[in-house]
Amino acid sequence: MLSKRVIACLDVRDGKLAKSIKFVNTKDIGDPVEKAREYYLDGLDELVFYDITASSNRRKIMLEVVEQVAQAVFIPLSVGGGVRDVQDATDLRMAGAEKINVNTAAVERPALIGECAEAIGSQNVVLSMDIKLVGENPNQPSGYEIVTHGGRTATGLDALTWATEGEKSGAGELVVNSIDADGTLDGYELTLTRMISEAVRIPVIASGGAGKPAHLRDVLTEGKADAALVASMVHYGTYRVSELKDFLHDEGIKVRLSW
Amino acid sequence: MTVIVDYDAGNLRSVQRACSEIGVDAEITADPTRIRNAERIIFPGVGHASTAMRSIRARGIDQALLEAFETGSPILGICIGLQISLDRSDEGDVETLGLIPGRVRRFEMRNADLKVPHMGWNDVQVAKPHPILSHVRPGDEFYFVHAYYPDPVDQGCVYAKADYESTFCCALGSRNFFGTQFHPEKSGRVGLELIRNFTTWNGTIA
Repeated sequence: MLSKRVIACLDVRDGKLAKSIKFVNTKDIGDPVEKAREYYLDGLDELVFYDITASSNRRKIMLEVVEQVAQAVFIPLSVGGGVRDVQDATDLRMAGAEKINVNTAAVERPALIGECAEAIGSQNVVLSMDIKLVGENPNQPSGYEIVTHGGRTATGLDALTWATEGEKSGAGELVVNSIDADGTLDGYELTLTRMISEAVRIPVIASGGAGKPAHLRDVLTEGKADAALVASMVHYGTYRVSELKDFLHDEGIKVRLSW
Repeated sequence: MTVIVDYDAGNLRSVQRACSEIGVDAEITADPTRIRNAERIIFPGVGHASTAMRSIRARGIDQALLEAFETGSPILGICIGLQISLDRSDEGDVETLGLIPGRVRRFEMRNADLKVPHMGWNDVQVAKPHPILSHVRPGDEFYFVHAYYPDPVDQGCVYAKADYESTFCCALGSRNFFGTQFHPEKSGRVGLELIRNFTTWNGTIA
């Protein structure tokens, strides 16, 4: 039986680890390679690197980070942030990323999902979705809307529709990131995660809001997620990855325990 | 020299990096002569079986692998590398290398709760001892990403199994060939140890 995965997300800006609260006020909190290695040795199942660099030479810096991390960890490595075309995706893959996350560029040009799937395989294309609760309305019947640019831009897209379209277009996995929950440490958006997980047949990674071990349990059971993404709760040393996994195991959730 | 067979099947460098982590220099090559003469061969791969076969034939790597299998060089097939070592794959309904009798089948996915492909960490249950799996203990998990699985004719070739839709063969061996459906290069310490075992394996099953 497949284990539920614990995934750590590291936001990288100018080659340094950053963590945002509600996508603003980012501050640097360390070296991404060191953190990655630390989590890997502590039983992390997968790593996600998100490039939040704004500078023009961002791509080069990120490729170097990915290259270094790929030499330090031997678990799946997923990279996103600013992936605009197949070239970006294949460059990151060559640098050592297993999976590529597409987000804003896929919203602007949905064909990107299929193009990436064709080039690097569907299973390696992760559609990352930033989602905001807007309440049911004629344009967003699910009550949730896709937003971009760190939550600043509304797209009008219904989140559920976008998730199923993404699956059809060739995404192999979905990240459901709740902008409302992000950085709050109050728990994942369970209703949203469950709704999307029940609507697709590809794995769903829940993101945004993790602050306590019980939050992971809730989203992996009630929220029906296949994986739980964590950030602050491990980056600041509040919890260790192994502690989270021990907790989940004690709660009867199958997780990888020997590493 | 250990070679990693290059046939445009993605992430070869992750295998090379895993080798380097355990102190083994491995050369990535598409040259049939280098492959034929290698001390041991890692045959990785992700992607589509029929694309992989086309690329292998175009480069003349198929013959080199068949010869290496005959001469007894240890070969480690990973994922697609394992799959195309059987006779035939349902993925693209393509005839494959045929080092080992058997075919590659698709998960039927009758259970709507199961996600496709089978992706993530799963228990690998050793079915029969093999030098390459000597370190694997009950509960050890490896990383999988696949929608197709190997089904060898001779069940005696099955060295490990995993459970998903049903119990399937996830590691098989025949003489100097050993293949894993999972990715040891992405499976943390237990994966690295598997690669280390391969790099010291003499190609026989004692």
